[in-house]
Amino acid sequence: MPIKVLIIIPCFNEEESIVSLLSELLTINFSNKYWIKIAVVNDGSQDKTVEVISQFNVIILDLIVNIGIGGAVQTGFKYAFENDFEIAIQVDGDGQHPPLEILKMLKAFEENPSNIIIGSRFIAKQGFQSSTLRRIGIFYLHFLNKILTQKNIYDSTSGFRLFDKKTIALAAQYYPDEYPEPESLVIFAKAGFSISEIPVMMKPRQAGQSSIRYFSQVYYIIKVTIAMFFSYIRKVN
Amino acid sequence: MQKIQIIIIFINSLLLFYIARLIIKGKLREEYIIAWIVCTVLLMVFSFWRNGLEVLAKAFGIFEAPNLVFISFIFIILIYLLHLSIVNTKLQKDITKLTQEIALMKQNLKKDEANDAA
Repeated sequence: MPIKVLIIIPCFNEEESIVSLLSELLTINFSNKYWIKIAVVNDGSQDKTVEVISQFNVIILDLIVNIGIGGAVQTGFKYAFENDFEIAIQVDGDGQHPPLEILKMLKAFEENPSNIIIGSRFIAKQGFQSSTLRRIGIFYLHFLNKILTQKNIYDSTSGFRLFDKKTIALAAQYYPDEYPEPESLVIFAKAGFSISEIPVMMKPRQAGQSSIRYFSQVYYIIKVTIAMFFSYIRKVN
Repeated sequence: MQKIQIIIIFINSLLLFYIARLIIKGKLREEYIIAWIVCTVLLMVFSFWRNGLEVLAKAFGIFEAPNLVFISFIFIILIYLLHLSIVNTKLQKDITKLTQEIALMKQNLKKDEANDAA
């Protein structure tokens, strides 16, 4: 029996970049070992995102109000959990994550199965590396992760991640709502899950705006620090 | 009795009456009723007992009686704001859960319809 894989694409006002992402994704030849489904989570977009994605043969999870990236991705995990998917892969809807890199993630999972595999920009210095200010922030997060998870995670903010079945079950229950990536890693590390990173290529976003904009970067760092710290202390049962 | 006292007592009675009406009509949640009743009753007590404030301030070691009013009100308001933040957090969590559930149900419905059509 093929392994059920769900590709989760959260998007908020991404009518421009979602088309090329989906059409590229649908042409990829995945091996027969996998039974691939694509779930697009529309996080209460105000533009024509829903109309655009309805033209594709994908699962649409349509959130009627905007609940933030974390809640949107979690909806995908809940779907994966309810429908017994073995693997979930989160891919951002803005076109930063080249779909072909998904094959690399699956291959990494085959060769060396860990609970979470992060597609990282920083292991091999290739492709888009983002601005200096962001890189300082990411360096700081690496340091914070090292303390709180005792793991070396270089790109803890990456939204390009593969989750196995155990992780899907946990994430369906507990997943942070705002800026979820670094914080969720603390939760997963506390649950004793293994986390590994593989190098992937990323592109600068094609259209739309990042969820982390210029003015809110300081807020981002403060919020994530507090959230990671309290997730570290909090009991997960 | 002074003019200001009469005005305050009159306004306070209106407030008390309005709160009573809200409670009767079920427009105020039970958990808030106590807070509002305590507030109005306190106002009422001090509008009758004018020296009360001075007496209390002295008991707490506060020189200027009005400062007691400021301190206690700021404290009460802060606590109340904290309470509202807690309520807000809970509401937001509930909304997230509901929104997710609706999206999943909509998707299930569509799947069923597709199955029926096939």
